Amino acid sequence: MIPLTAYIDGIGLLGPGFADWPSAAAILSGHARYVAATTVLPPPLSLPPPERRRTGAVVKLALAVGFEATTRAGIERSSLATVFSSSGGDGFNCHEICQVLASSDRQLSPTRFHNSVHNVAAGYWSIAAGATAAASVLCAYDASFGAGLVEALTQVAVERTPLLLLAYDTQYPEPLNAKRPIADAFGVALVLTPDARDATLAKLTAMFTDGTAERMSEPHLEAMRASIPAARSLPLLRQLARRERGRVVLDYLRHTRLALEVEPCS
Amino acid sequence: MSERAALMTPLRLTCFTAVSAVGRGLAATLDALEQQRSGLAPCSFETVDVDTHVGEVPGVDATVLPEALRGFNCRNNRLAQLTLTQDGFIDAVAASAKQWGPRRIGVFLGTSTSGMLETEFAYRGRDPKTGALPREFNYAATHNSFSVADFVLQALHLEGPAAVMCTACSSSAKVFASAQRMISAGMIDAAVVGGVDTLCLTTLYGFQSLQLTSRLPCRPFDAARDGISIGEAAAFVLLERAPPRPDAEAIMLLGTGESSDAYHMSSPHPEGRGARASIQQALTAANLAPGDIDYINLHGTATVSNDSAEDLAITSVFGTATPCSSTKGATGHALGAAGALEAVICALAIQQGFMPGGLRDTEVDPKLHLHYLRENRRGGIDRVLSNSFGFGGANCSLIFGRPV
Repeated sequence: MIPLTAYIDGIGLLGPGFADWPSAAAILSGHARYVAATTVLPPPLSLPPPERRRTGAVVKLALAVGFEATTRAGIERSSLATVFSSSGGDGFNCHEICQVLASSDRQLSPTRFHNSVHNVAAGYWSIAAGATAAASVLCAYDASFGAGLVEALTQVAVERTPLLLLAYDTQYPEPLNAKRPIADAFGVALVLTPDARDATLAKLTAMFTDGTAERMSEPHLEAMRASIPAARSLPLLRQLARRERGRVVLDYLRHTRLALEVEPCS
Repeated sequence: MSERAALMTPLRLTCFTAVSAVGRGLAATLDALEQQRSGLAPCSFETVDVDTHVGEVPGVDATVLPEALRGFNCRNNRLAQLTLTQDGFIDAVAASAKQWGPRRIGVFLGTSTSGMLETEFAYRGRDPKTGALPREFNYAATHNSFSVADFVLQALHLEGPAAVMCTACSSSAKVFASAQRMISAGMIDAAVVGGVDTLCLTTLYGFQSLQLTSRLPCRPFDAARDGISIGEAAAFVLLERAPPRPDAEAIMLLGTGESSDAYHMSSPHPEGRGARASIQQALTAANLAPGDIDYINLHGTATVSNDSAEDLAITSVFGTATPCSSTKGATGHALGAAGALEAVICALAIQQGFMPGGLRDTEVDPKLHLHYLRENRRGGIDRVLSNSFGFGGANCSLIFGRPV
């Protein structure tokens, strides 16, 4: 295959023990110690109050990392195409719907139903950011980060358009959690552009590979990588945090992994 | 913002098939469209007590998955299996895999609810003491949206990139754009695209809660339209890099357009702003003018606001002469499978030289101005546009036609 290339101009990150990209980068590059903590989701202040009240964890998480990445990149949000990727929708909302449908009164609330769609974060992002370009919303189970990255890099390469990739997962409550355990909420957003800009952090080149996905050496971080699909991005984030040229292999589908060349630009 | 790199390189629809409430496979689908027969009937699905009509596919539950893939057993994957076995689709994919290699064929499918019905059943069977879901409930192979792509990858022995698109009612239209880009970028040479969505309680009770379901069979573009009829369907298309001089009879994907309304989660932009943008992008990608389009297969869901927004979008681009219809009065709204189902209907229309009319008894809303076909029309049609607009404001327009 022909390698896909894009430039990373901004990063947003939120996860257990990760409050934002700069503090996470200090941990991932070995300059600060990782302290385990539950993910704290900020309220989505970018939405008008009626919409804000209706949003669940997925929307809060996606909007937080999306705003962080675009603010750091200093790029006009409304002009960006978007790729959202997540293994599941809003787990709490899904549980509530299933409970109601298994009860004697099956009447759902309209808000529950409209928050149940997998593209709920994309809908709210487009409203909050005034983003009218294409929005893709993907799911590939444990391969969701890889699938989102492949779709995003392809769009940047073919459409020659700047794009925001958002990959995120939140946990299910019981009893679904026992069937699909996701430890905590984790979200990452990358602003990707077809050409280098002043804000560019690194050049990224991707290819499919048969190689083995890299692991994290720190046990907490490896547990996070292995248990949250969006955190399969951690080896790439570590390479970006180190600001060193290098190659990382990320987990993707059963039959294919992704090899990424990272080349710092500033 | 930089310009789109180039016009789209057309791709060939090497093989396609669909199963919906109007029939199994192309011949049955064509026959129903030619007879203007509807597959909608009063809802008697499972234990559902919603007063509405649905487009249920008969025989889904009698379908048996291949032995090695039994773990994927759920209504959605049974419908996928039933559809894969129509119209020589499996053989066409096998031939394509022989030509390009299984790693050079991607799988990109749309769904909205995947195997959600299994989870709904599992919640009825929770352990009374612990609340646990039944042991046999398999989240990854049924509930998760990716389940259908994983099933199709394995059923067709493919090893290319794969993903499921979940932009509600535009899901299985947008996969054509994803596949086209991956082929254009040289990552793959062919792709199985399509959509699979099946009836479940979440959508039936959910659309009822939004007051978007009609009690009667849905009546797109009718003055008295009052909501959708939910349908179920699966449709698959084998898209391939086209030879330099495709056969004159070939059916091609000529253009794709995608946009977001950035307006509201469950209502379209009232002037069809996003819809207009996706239509115009598709025309630009195909290097066509509005007058080059012979027929438009509308999103046409039959809600008051959807049809009027789409009418404004269409008439602002095409004027009022281009023949249009919605086939949802026949099939129901297949949600995440609607885009692919209607892509297959468009391909059939080009192949057979006919424009499917909507419902014969449509009393077209005088407030809507596009040219709505109530009767089938015969005659050569070379290029058609298909619209799909999703919940959350995710729009997609596709243009199919004969080789340029």
